Amino acid sequence: MRDFYGVTLETPMMLGTARYPSPAVMEAAFTSSGASVATVSLRRERGAGQAFWDLVRSLGVHLLPNTAGCHSAREAITTAQMAREYFQTDWIKLEVIGNADTLQPDPFGLVEAAEVLCADGFKVFPYTTEDQVLAERLVDAGCRVLMPWGAPIGSGMGLNNIHGLRTLRAAFPDVAMVIDAGLGLPSHAAEAMELGFDAIMLNTAVAEADDPAAMARAFSLATQAGGLAAAAGPMGQRDMAVPSTPLIGKAWL
Amino acid sequence: MKIEVNGEEREITATDLAGVLAELGWGEARVATALNGTFVPAAARSGKQLSSHDRLEVLTAMQGG
Repeated sequence: MRDFYGVTLETPMMLGTARYPSPAVMEAAFTSSGASVATVSLRRERGAGQAFWDLVRSLGVHLLPNTAGCHSAREAITTAQMAREYFQTDWIKLEVIGNADTLQPDPFGLVEAAEVLCADGFKVFPYTTEDQVLAERLVDAGCRVLMPWGAPIGSGMGLNNIHGLRTLRAAFPDVAMVIDAGLGLPSHAAEAMELGFDAIMLNTAVAEADDPAAMARAFSLATQAGGLAAAAGPMGQRDMAVPSTPLIGKAWL
Repeated sequence: MKIEVNGEEREITATDLAGVLAELGWGEARVATALNGTFVPAAARSGKQLSSHDRLEVLTAMQGG
């Protein structure tokens, strides 16, 4: 697996910590998924922060703070600086949101923030689209990991633009890439891994399942299956049928 | 003086950030701070003077995706 700023992940799965019915359910989902990274955020202190900090530390996974909800580079940069101090990591999942309905990234603000944060020593994981030119700008800014969306956050639609994602994967063979956002079913995760992506990141599909722990396990297995398939070299597609049973030696009846 | 803390107006007597946090009950809490939109590292809170109508954000760990 490609490394993530020098770190080889134990499993190719990143799991969010939001929207679970209870902390215990969240913990069970992490255990059954075997996720190696947990995403977290910073919000105004209302008394529950310490308990949540203790809980996420007890998961024994890498923490990836996000800048969710930030709509400008300035806001995202300040949030990243606060997160680095709080979570004691220079990893940051950089989100600069450009549209409130689709939650798609603002590409201009994203590049601006990535340039500042990379220069300041952050290990930036930018939430981006499948746009290849934008990816190039992010790599130029110093990003060594990209997190292209599959579909809008929380939509559960899966991979909306497979052609674009395949092109993006091929264009940056040395950059670690995580499909972030929009995955709804384990088959979406398998598909992402089959395309050659290095990991998946999900939250809502697990947290809002009737049985989050079971769904987390299903995603974990699908992710493993997709990764194995990618490494095994999938066959090419054809337009016409090709018989798998040899015609030579067939009886004349 | 009156300042805004996490979006709410508060009356405080302390004049530096470390003092304000202690006065608000966050003296020992694990928090990250920003004053008027600019990050203030924990090590710089003592001696960081506040002015009337300043906007203070006091953040902590929260669930995230």
